[in-house]
Amino acid sequence: MLIFKLILIVSILLLSLLIAMYSTLFERKIAGFFQDRFGPDRAGPGGIFQPLADGLKLFFKEEFMPAKADKFLYILGPSLTMLVALLTSAIIPWGPGITFKGTHYYFQVADINIGVLYSFAVVSVGVYGIMIGGWASNNKFSLLGAIRASSQMISYELTMGLSIIAIVMMTGSLSLKDIVTAQHGFNWNIWYQPLGFLIFLTCAYAECNRSPFDLPECETELIGGYHTEYSSMKLGFYLFAEYINMFISSAMISTLYFGGYNFPFMDSPALSVNAVGIIGTFVLFLKIGFFGFLYMWIRWTLPRFRYDQLMNLGWKKLIPVAVINMILTGLGIMIFK
Amino acid sequence: MLTKYLFYFFSILAIFASVMVLMSKKPIHSVLYLTLAFLAIAGHFILLNAQFIAIVNVIVYAGAIMVLFLFTVMLLNLNIAIEHQKSNLIKITAVIAAGLLFVTITGATKKLDIVYNHNQVVTQIGMVKNLGKILFSDFRLPFEVSGILFLSAMVGTVMLGKKTGD
Repeated sequence: MLIFKLILIVSILLLSLLIAMYSTLFERKIAGFFQDRFGPDRAGPGGIFQPLADGLKLFFKEEFMPAKADKFLYILGPSLTMLVALLTSAIIPWGPGITFKGTHYYFQVADINIGVLYSFAVVSVGVYGIMIGGWASNNKFSLLGAIRASSQMISYELTMGLSIIAIVMMTGSLSLKDIVTAQHGFNWNIWYQPLGFLIFLTCAYAECNRSPFDLPECETELIGGYHTEYSSMKLGFYLFAEYINMFISSAMISTLYFGGYNFPFMDSPALSVNAVGIIGTFVLFLKIGFFGFLYMWIRWTLPRFRYDQLMNLGWKKLIPVAVINMILTGLGIMIFK
Repeated sequence: MLTKYLFYFFSILAIFASVMVLMSKKPIHSVLYLTLAFLAIAGHFILLNAQFIAIVNVIVYAGAIMVLFLFTVMLLNLNIAIEHQKSNLIKITAVIAAGLLFVTITGATKKLDIVYNHNQVVTQIGMVKNLGKILFSDFRLPFEVSGILFLSAMVGTVMLGKKTGD
């Protein structure tokens, strides 16, 4: 079992990195499509080697350290961002698992009984990487970007928690495994929680600092935001962590609201346990792919919010709606169960 | 066996971080070390099988309160601490007071160890389910009262933050 877990951890890590790598290419291709141009198409057939070229470029760029920067914190910033981005992948159930030689292997690294809260804690610690990096750069624009990022993330964390509570109330468990199992077949949470899903989606965008909430790196006002002073692979880490965050949050959205690895007709007798296991994982990745695409779709469609609009939306609109959603869920549970 | 090593690891980490909070020259380092201390304490809670408290400790202290601390330090730009020269009298008083506190805590903990029976510890009390049941049954009144206290603090903050005149 230990060996299985090790293999699972390593494969999830490599897969996250690979997917993050190719999301960059995918995003540029989609941007090209939306703007009626080709996107990168020089490196390899259809630009398939573009991420490798980008990676190499980042590695060979000059490592720049601003004068009077806090050296330790300057390096800690991107490392912490990367670490925190990868942490949540440990609790996501990646598939119903396969049975091999009589033992059932469930595709989840750790089924902790506070799963949802764990992901929440990881999100709340995620602020540090950006704040430390922005402060250590010793640059006003970086600092402003870092402060924007952290106040935005703290504000949207609350709403995110309130929207997850509705799911927890419905399932009666904080464990992600239980939440996914409760959505067996086509009994997905989205049918009961459409409002909660919209709130969660909005908050996920804000937490990932993605457009239309990418104010921390708003180039018209702040040059590059918190990573203005970063270059080479340290900048690469920040950018890469954003794509990993997108991947993981898409996985979280699929798991919480769209049944995770569950798919209709999974009980049909034609499918063996192993077939369900493999199709389930595949289905989960299809869902993740769709939400990853949604991230990019929205980025290249919607303009950026203004900062006061962002705060108004978070505090004065989304939180009351999330509380109402919670009360409605409670009433629903009382009446129908 | 592993728990024992983990206990020592988290203890040393917590003590080291706490000492560094005091020793650091830059306030921002102090804040970050304090966060590290909170994370180490969360590790201790997990060792005690109190997962809920551990994770709430991370969310509330490391994730929210310390970020606000960091915020304040960054905005006030307290880069290099202005060292206030304290008089010797204050220093000696502080040492004596801290020493007395240390003696008191050590004495209290030692006394506690004799009364405490390790065999009768309920190991499942830290689980979310049990904790919730106890909070909403045996400790209903204090729980609700503290809730109201938080609410009034929130309302008070909003009132103070409001612009006068509208």
